[in-house]
Amino acid sequence: MFRIKVPRYWRHKDFRYRLNAWKCNHCGETHFFQPLICRKCRSRDFSRVTLPESGKLLAYTVVRSPPEGFEAQSPYIIGFIELDDGTRILGQLTDCYPEELKQGMKVEATLRKIREDQEDKIIAYCYKFRPAI
Amino acid sequence: MVRINSAVIVGYGGYVPRYRIKSEEIARIWGRDKSELPVEEKAVAGLDEDTVTMAVEAAKIAIKRAGIPPSKIGAVHVGTESKPYAVKPSGTIVAEAIGAVPSVTAADFEFACKAGTEALQFITSLVDAGRIEYGLAIGADTAQGRPGDALEFTAACGAAAFIIGRDKNEGVAEIEAWTSYVTDTPDFWRREYERYPHHTARFTGDPAYFHHIVNSVKNLLENDGYTLNDIDYAVFHQPNVRFPLVAAKLLGIDLEKTKPGLITGYIGNTYAASSLLGLVKVLDQAKPGQRILLASFGSGAGSDSYIIRVLEGIEVKRSLAPTLDKFIERKTYIDYAIYARHRKKILM
Repeated sequence: MFRIKVPRYWRHKDFRYRLNAWKCNHCGETHFFQPLICRKCRSRDFSRVTLPESGKLLAYTVVRSPPEGFEAQSPYIIGFIELDDGTRILGQLTDCYPEELKQGMKVEATLRKIREDQEDKIIAYCYKFRPAI
Repeated sequence: MVRINSAVIVGYGGYVPRYRIKSEEIARIWGRDKSELPVEEKAVAGLDEDTVTMAVEAAKIAIKRAGIPPSKIGAVHVGTESKPYAVKPSGTIVAEAIGAVPSVTAADFEFACKAGTEALQFITSLVDAGRIEYGLAIGADTAQGRPGDALEFTAACGAAAFIIGRDKNEGVAEIEAWTSYVTDTPDFWRREYERYPHHTARFTGDPAYFHHIVNSVKNLLENDGYTLNDIDYAVFHQPNVRFPLVAAKLLGIDLEKTKPGLITGYIGNTYAASSLLGLVKVLDQAKPGQRILLASFGSGAGSDSYIIRVLEGIEVKRSLAPTLDKFIERKTYIDYAIYARHRKKILM
């Protein structure tokens, strides 16, 4: 079973809860999780940035055969989102059905559970996107 | 008399999940009479929602209206009887998710359906005493009702959040007074490791809900020198549609002052969020200078009453975030099978 280990879940909470990311001060590349070196320019100089919580839906797909451990919320929708600052990000879509989705529609980030039934019973909260209210 | 010198609501927010089940559908499953149902429909959380996620939703709306950096919030307290963890505070997760950590006190309050107003009392006191600049009080629940039990028709999901500060110039409403009335009354309880609560039907009305609310409100009015003429809106805990109207009648309050905040018929009983969502609904429509009487009820049992005066700031701040109606009108009906999956009533 694919497991979200507790230490990794804890390390990533800044991004998963609030979209707090890292931006390379040399080339401007956005890194979702704390990098050692920039994957684009190899710089080690970064600043913290909070990504915008709204954007538009570029594409989506319905996951009907989820990886082991993600069955509880299946079928679920994965979306490819362009945030208002141009950052592109993958995330689950929530509070919607596939037939309601349209390319280009406005979406906004919201905190939801992604998993909770692992052996260690940790509840993994993470951003998802929903049609803008 | 509990005199409050300076505690104002600077931001407020209500959240109701998207899904609804009609009482008629629950009655169909259990073969009940459809002519006397306590509510029309109730709100049901999505598969990925719980008390924490709904608390965060409401808190973010409140922060939008408050217009303050979350790092200035010095206390986050969540009132709920449906904590996702038995041991691990919901308040810490909410504080982290809104960006209020780490210089913040965070904890969960439990007092059945009045846990939210209890959190509000505590935050109000911290702000009034000058210990914190801003505090966040939340009432949130994903209420449990045993399949087929009378509670299943009403036990619903929702959250309400209030940011309390000191400066009247940035406030939407001023908390002028509050009081509590509490006794040991066995009307409703849930033991540890149990999924669903027990309740004694004969205690629910007179010795519990009506006795505590009526005495709490009477004490507040008498001790703080208010009369019913000072009240423009009355918001009571809403376990069903009938109880708040009867409470108003017992207190001699015009029913027309109670109906604007009465939303349980469309969203059900959201427990710790119930009376606070009624307050959100009233703040969405009240005018500066009007006074709101808020009276919660929590089984076990007790009632907290508040007098809240609407300030000029309401007119601007109301439009900074979605009103409660946006969430009430955003609804998708589900049948009992989907509801059973959402509320984890199917155990495998």
